[in-house]
Amino acid sequence: MSNNVSRRHFLAGSTAAAGALSLGGASAFAADPLKVGFVYVGPVGDFGWTHGHDLGRKAIEKEFGDKVETTFVEKVAEGPDAERVIRQLASSGNKLIFTTSFGFMNPTIKVAKQFPDVKFEHATGFMTAKNVSAYNARFYEGRAVIGTMAGHMTKTGKFGYIASFPIPEVVMGINAFILAARKVRPDAEIKVVWVNSWFDPGKEADATKTLIDQGCDIITQHTDSPAPIQTAGSRGVWCFGQASDMSSFSPEYHATAILDVWDNYYVERTRAVMDGSWETSNVWQGMKEGMVQMSPYNERLPAEVVEAAETVRKGILDGSYLPFAGPIKDQDGKERIAAGEAMDDGALLSMDWYVEGVTA
Amino acid sequence: MTLDILVPIILTVVGSATPLLFAALGELVVEKSGVLNLGVEGMMIMGAVAAFGVAVSTGSGTLGIVAGAAAGMAMAFVFGVLTLTLAANQVATGLALTIFGLGLSALLGAGFVGIPVAPLAKLAIPGISDLPVIGPLLFAHDALVYLSLAAVVGVAWFLKKSRAGMILRAVGESDISAHSIGYDVIAVRYRAVLFGGAMAGLGGAFLSLSYTPLWNEGMTAGRGWIALALVVFATWRPWRLLAGAYLFGGVTILQLYSQGAGVAIPAQVLSMLPYLATILVLTIIAAGPWKGRLDAPACLGKPFRPST
Repeated sequence: MSNNVSRRHFLAGSTAAAGALSLGGASAFAADPLKVGFVYVGPVGDFGWTHGHDLGRKAIEKEFGDKVETTFVEKVAEGPDAERVIRQLASSGNKLIFTTSFGFMNPTIKVAKQFPDVKFEHATGFMTAKNVSAYNARFYEGRAVIGTMAGHMTKTGKFGYIASFPIPEVVMGINAFILAARKVRPDAEIKVVWVNSWFDPGKEADATKTLIDQGCDIITQHTDSPAPIQTAGSRGVWCFGQASDMSSFSPEYHATAILDVWDNYYVERTRAVMDGSWETSNVWQGMKEGMVQMSPYNERLPAEVVEAAETVRKGILDGSYLPFAGPIKDQDGKERIAAGEAMDDGALLSMDWYVEGVTA
Repeated sequence: MTLDILVPIILTVVGSATPLLFAALGELVVEKSGVLNLGVEGMMIMGAVAAFGVAVSTGSGTLGIVAGAAAGMAMAFVFGVLTLTLAANQVATGLALTIFGLGLSALLGAGFVGIPVAPLAKLAIPGISDLPVIGPLLFAHDALVYLSLAAVVGVAWFLKKSRAGMILRAVGESDISAHSIGYDVIAVRYRAVLFGGAMAGLGGAFLSLSYTPLWNEGMTAGRGWIALALVVFATWRPWRLLAGAYLFGGVTILQLYSQGAGVAIPAQVLSMLPYLATILVLTIIAAGPWKGRLDAPACLGKPFRPST
């Protein structure tokens, strides 16, 4: 069963529902389905971030069938609205609630205090509580794979990177990409254009055009629309997709995409709530756990490029390839990480400097 | 800067300016008739989704363009009924139209997310389009780009020279006078509003069929609002509007370009430039020696109820 609730109706009808359920909620029978709620920042049809989380929700339904009842509220703004939506989900009987954007962190923590018997799962944040877990994906592992491929594929040695906002997660991705690329092509450099938006197809397309005009022959992005893929493809430039397989927008030049796959985590956490084994955790999962995956490689890619990509991917899987292993120099040539060392998770999650080879 | 860098930059600017030009030109005519329609963004996005949907379903870009214009007009008609026939507040209705359009387009377009469409064909002339510099700059755009430029000429001529254009301006300057000498104010304004809707729809069609040939929710990303600023920036004159659209488009591209080239101007500052320029122009005109020549239609935004 699933309910798609628009935020407006949801808030309007929820006062009555909240009153009714606060009476009935305590005496719920064991046979009742477990209610699982989701709060999305974007539309389900964004073909990217929120789309991925919704696939995770569907995976829960598929796994547990009648034993669960899921509800999602889409397009929730990161602000006062979020707290209201989360509270309404909690008071209408949901026992497990996923809040899937960084900006939902504080409201989640706040509401969690008022509902000690409801479990909360917050994506991409760093705060946890007795009934709040945090989870995130190591997207940078995918960036290391595509960076390696780019290093093999480039002729000009210049890459174009369409970036959203200068937060650690984005900076980390840029650095992981160029570090991997320079292992193949030591003189490679990356040009970064900030479009100051997660989603503006027109501007992303313009940024793609300017980067190609400035000599970049590989395009990659940390924004959510497929416009860069389409633009790069129409100009005959190889590119990499973000969050979803975007190959339909350029079957010829879409090399591969980094996929966020939340299915396993969501199913496991739901199971844990059902059998009572749920505990607070703070996980950062990557390729090993299947949270980060690569979409099928383009058939037109030379065999050695695919081979190099697979070598890195397998190295990440067995732990022999560390994307942030030293020596690492910053943009000014100063050594930040010595040879033999590697950056730990804390340093990665607060990364605010660029490695050598980045123009941003 | 050599020509082989300059030509692609200019081509990118053309793409960035064309949707602004369409939407702003339509709004200019609407405002000249004394109506303020803040729903440009909503009409644009409806044009984008309709054009995309029809182009994908029928395989014809031309039908897509027609559908885009029609969808914009349908939205404008709703606005017309509310503000002209029922004399509702224009500002509130316009804002509502934008919010309505964004929501409705998301609903209608839900099935089109993630589908590619063939971009509009470039109207290339064999031989001439291959000429260096001039070829790509002048003879290798799609039909909508030429249509937008032709529309500037058409609107300029219409407002300045044609009888109907003069009536439209009269209605915008003094609805009561126009009414008392026998012109049907409401009918004139309906036509202007519908034209504005069609133009906004064409701007949206350009976005979803040519600029980035895809559909995504909210893909207009605020261009309708820039178009509104542009009308004021151009002080309600078509030729200034043409220059303004290319200037605003150029600023966007310039800031992306300077980032790629590693120039240390904060991108945010350059993003503000179109709006700063609009405020500056308004201030200069309001306070400078050209005082009183702002050219804002005197009846802009005022509802008109014909007395019986």
